[in-house]
Amino acid sequence: MAKMKGATVVNIERCKGCNLCVVACPLNVLALTTKNVNQKGYNYAHTVLEDTCTGCTSCAIVCPDGCITVYRKKEE
Amino acid sequence: MADQEVTLMKGNEAIAHAAIRCGCDGYFGYPITPQSEVLETLAEQKPWETTGMVVLQAESEVSSINMVYGGAGCGKKVMTSSSSPGVSLMQEGISYLAGAELPCLVVNVSRGGPGLGTIQPSQADYFQSCKGGGHGDYRLIVLAPSSVQEMADFVDLAFELAFKYRNPAMILTDGVIGQMMEKIVLPPFKPRRTEEEIIKQCPWAATGRLKTRKPNVITSLELDPSVMEEINIRLQNKYKVIEEKEVRYEEFMLEDAEYAIVAFGSAARIGKKAIEMARAEGIKVGLLRPITLWPFPTKEVAALGKRVKGILSLEINAGQMVEDIRLAVECKIPVEHYGRLGGIIPAPDEVVDALKRMM
Amino acid sequence: MDIKEIMQPENLVYKKPELLNDKNMHYCPGCSHGVVHKLVSEVIADMKMEEKTIGVSPVGCAVFAYNYIDIDWEEAAHGRAPALASAIKRLWPDRLVFTYQGDGDLACIGTAETIHALNRGENITIIFINNAIYGMTGGQMAPTTLLGMKTATCPYGREVALHGYPLKITEVAAQLEGTCYVTRQSVHTVGAINKAKKALRKAFDNSMAGRGASLVEIVSTCNSGWKMSPEKANIWMTENMFPYYQLGDLKDTTVETK
Repeated sequence: MAKMKGATVVNIERCKGCNLCVVACPLNVLALTTKNVNQKGYNYAHTVLEDTCTGCTSCAIVCPDGCITVYRKKEE
Repeated sequence: MADQEVTLMKGNEAIAHAAIRCGCDGYFGYPITPQSEVLETLAEQKPWETTGMVVLQAESEVSSINMVYGGAGCGKKVMTSSSSPGVSLMQEGISYLAGAELPCLVVNVSRGGPGLGTIQPSQADYFQSCKGGGHGDYRLIVLAPSSVQEMADFVDLAFELAFKYRNPAMILTDGVIGQMMEKIVLPPFKPRRTEEEIIKQCPWAATGRLKTRKPNVITSLELDPSVMEEINIRLQNKYKVIEEKEVRYEEFMLEDAEYAIVAFGSAARIGKKAIEMARAEGIKVGLLRPITLWPFPTKEVAALGKRVKGILSLEINAGQMVEDIRLAVECKIPVEHYGRLGGIIPAPDEVVDALKRMM
Repeated sequence: MDIKEIMQPENLVYKKPELLNDKNMHYCPGCSHGVVHKLVSEVIADMKMEEKTIGVSPVGCAVFAYNYIDIDWEEAAHGRAPALASAIKRLWPDRLVFTYQGDGDLACIGTAETIHALNRGENITIIFINNAIYGMTGGQMAPTTLLGMKTATCPYGREVALHGYPLKITEVAAQLEGTCYVTRQSVHTVGAINKAKKALRKAFDNSMAGRGASLVEIVSTCNSGWKMSPEKANIWMTENMFPYYQLGDLKDTTVETK
């Protein structure tokens, strides 16, 4: 079976750091920043395990602010 | 010509027929005495089968006025009617309509108050209609018909003014004119506007966002005080234009008058009879009848104040319009009030007596 | 595989719906409103009704829904959205007309408008966000606040003797002849969100097919009002809200009985 490779892009300025995407990700791909904050002052979600993402879109679906864009490609 | 036929009907019925004929898109109302014939006549006429006009009995006056808001916000020509206690319930909605600058017609066939009051006629809703019955700095265009014919004619006029200025208009009448039967010539039929015409004429309306424009939002909300002040100033400027251009009034036997009665609606009819009686006794008195209660004919009343020795404000209330008359004449001449309360209609001889007391 | 290779337009599988504009939403972090806004935007686009939809926003947290979803809107007085929607739909029968209301707006001040619009069988959809609290005004007791739940106006917990029972207005709606579809959904997980989206689509389809009134309740969180993190609020909702406000279809006349 072909493996899916995914990539998430977080609109960090739109992100409010609610952490729901982090909870929703089955593979712990995302995490909130611990130090860095965006212009609004929130710790924002970012990709920490880039290679693990399968592009399942769970994080993006639960994101209340529509901050996450997801790409997915079949690994040849 | 069929349209010129003279018929006999109640003022309330005339409102209903005129609404159908002037291309009204929707009526939303709730029964209350003494205006229930408006909804009854519409239900009987079934305009949805002829012109396509929507008629809906709402669950309350609160709901009817908000249906009017909904309909007006999507560009349609919509109206409601009620009587004093019902119009009190509508005040929130009327304020929102004024705030969102929506054209519509509200008919108040008023009755005596306060509270549940009486079902008999009264003009005690002058303040509520003309001074802003709801919250905020706003004005309604208020027309006061004095006959069944005017009940019919003012429906189209009210809509015309409402759309011209994007402002709610009101017909303020009472149980006398609403219930009274008179001969009348109904206005000619005007077709309802097509959807394309509405979209063209009301580019601000929420009709569905075409890709060629930004979304239209009907709202009276703005949290930024500087923007909200601008909106309020714009409204006030609009009201100034209406005050300059839309004053309507009637003069009766004022040419040689030494005294004047100022009266509107049904009271003006009583005033005319009283003037006939007074003139028979040699008293030179005439009448000025404001047709628009707002904008009030301030300049005309002020001019009258320079010509006559005194003015009697004849109102079927405890004295409301009299304040506007006193302001207009700047208290330079005596301005007295005569009225009856609780649903009692003043008789012409009482008015003559009141005139004599003032002289 | 290089990340750049994956991030190509042809590989795009999820992005913010186009109808939802780029304005930052005023909702608190983790608020359920945002998810429902996305779903509404997606369903309208799926139905290709962008140019023929009129939304009615309430008074409450969602008052500014019109700032975010790029359709035509009317903003109603508190509780009156169903009255507006009734008139709009009757005057523009080919438009998709929906209201978006919170629990205070719909189940308290606007109970009469809600019940009667539903009972008349208006061809509209009412979207009902039930988070058991008044969010906009700072967390006061709502008609749907659970017994024992603490809010700013029942700081010792809602109790029957003082405040009466939480109102199951969706159950009431299901009893009305005018409703064709009454359902209770949530948006706390991917599965729940997908189901909620299907429910919204069904409701909107009903409105356009003239089947009568549809009510879609979304049991939601108000983590700020509840004073917990978004994640904990979801858990609290699952443990406390769902037993009282049970998820699922309460009525669906569009399903053929076997």
